[in-house]
Amino acid sequence: MEAGKLTTMKEAVSRFVKDGDTVYLAGFTHMIPFAAGHEIMRQKRKDLTLARATPDIVYDQMIAAGCCKKVVFSYAGNPGVGSLRCFRRAFEKGLPNRIEIEEYSHFGMSGRLFAGATNMPFLPIRTNTGSDLPPQNPNIRTVKDPYTGDEISVVPPLKPDVAVVHVQRCDANGNSHVWGIIGEQKDTAFASKKVIVTAEEIVDESLIRSDPNRTLIPDFVVHAVVHEPWACHPSYVQGYYDRDNDFYMEWDEITKEHESTMRWMDEWVFGVEDRQQYVKKMTTEKILKLLPKAAYSSPVNYGSV
Amino acid sequence: MVDYSSSELMVVVAARELKDYESVLVGVGIPNLAANLAKKLQAPHLNMVYESGAVGSNPTRMPLSIGDPCLVTGAKSICSMYEQFAYYLQGGRIDVGFLGGAQIDKYGNINSTVIGGYKAPKVRLPGSGGACDIASNVKKIIVITPHEKRRFVEKVDFLTSPGFIEGKDKWRLLKLQGGGPYAVITNLGTLKFDDATGEMTVVSLHPGVTMEKVQENTPWKLKVADKLEQTQAPSEREIMALRALDPDRT
Repeated sequence: MEAGKLTTMKEAVSRFVKDGDTVYLAGFTHMIPFAAGHEIMRQKRKDLTLARATPDIVYDQMIAAGCCKKVVFSYAGNPGVGSLRCFRRAFEKGLPNRIEIEEYSHFGMSGRLFAGATNMPFLPIRTNTGSDLPPQNPNIRTVKDPYTGDEISVVPPLKPDVAVVHVQRCDANGNSHVWGIIGEQKDTAFASKKVIVTAEEIVDESLIRSDPNRTLIPDFVVHAVVHEPWACHPSYVQGYYDRDNDFYMEWDEITKEHESTMRWMDEWVFGVEDRQQYVKKMTTEKILKLLPKAAYSSPVNYGSV
Repeated sequence: MVDYSSSELMVVVAARELKDYESVLVGVGIPNLAANLAKKLQAPHLNMVYESGAVGSNPTRMPLSIGDPCLVTGAKSICSMYEQFAYYLQGGRIDVGFLGGAQIDKYGNINSTVIGGYKAPKVRLPGSGGACDIASNVKKIIVITPHEKRRFVEKVDFLTSPGFIEGKDKWRLLKLQGGGPYAVITNLGTLKFDDATGEMTVVSLHPGVTMEKVQENTPWKLKVADKLEQTQAPSEREIMALRALDPDRT
């Protein structure tokens, strides 16, 4: 067991995220690691290839901050709201810089991570056939099924240089309990060369071992552990705080212009030292509004003779 | 007779298409309301599945996104994103999938990627998300969309999600496991697809709507079913159940 994985966000980003890396901040709507994204912006990382099925607001911010040279994605919208305006501004107008795109469907993206995690050469998937997407993306190819002779669409493995995965709770080595929407968290962790886990709570190893089926990510794929409560706002953490749907709608207004976006960023990203200061800036009213009602699961018996 | 808006009419008509015990892949907004309404009325055992991996959800409020926490509380099961697409969709476990898009054409192909060319588009849209995967694998695709000339086009600018491509003959060659487009429900009527050719065909006109009005809002000459029906107006029971689900009338 490696010692000393527990560290700060500043240190984790500084050690593991390099200019030019392919970065995957995991989380399908749930547990999007905004705190890590903000620290990457504060440390002014450049030329990143940002991979995520749904770039969401977090990549919209990183694109506006000039961290990104390419986005690998499957749905570049603000879910339930509309466009990701910073993504579109960079792609359509080159503001603040031109970005490349590499596009898949959701099955394509999650299949790429699965192939990366399981070290497969490629993954056949029943999609893409008949779509105009494959001609635009040379990474989406076909192979002949050796059993039936039919053509089938294949996608290549995705192996990010570094991933950030947020979890509800983990121990100091990174054994992580996750519940609620588990998205592409496990596939991303196993597919990536370096993994930073950020957690709402750091708990004793015995608590993790009391419920091993809930451990989505084991310690030996984890390189750094950061205790970071409220790391995912305006996304959410099941059982800890709800999705700030109001902010998702406000983002549409904030990002109407590059300048208005940067004013928001100057206040909420560059104007704070770390996530703790960000949370301090949030109003009590907002925090209370996001606290969920309790809905506990029944305990199970893991006993043996 | 009860008053209703054109969105309420679309929700009610879509809900009627869902059968008890079917599994339906639901999006947010109108499809979510339609599925929840069907569950309250004729389909209490409807299995609502979301592409975020929530299976058998029982939301007590309207979700803004398909990954909303209210879809998790009280769900039957939660699986990973890969499992959702591999086990449920590719596994052939989903009967009905709701799709939307900026454009739909006469063979039910859907565009949610770009208006204009791909490399330098007039409008860059969000892209497929799960749409292409859903269209390729569900037994029935249902599209709910306002009936407007800019949305109904003879040929989509970009084919994100396959309908019947250029007709059923071509579509059969692709050997997709899904059943293809089943219904397009608009504010003016219901359109289904010709069994032989796969061409979109008007099968029912909503109350007060003429065939001329539907044609005026469609840029190609529409095929009309031999027996063109009149959509039954929403009943008071349907509208009351819908408003109870969505008191804010989102």
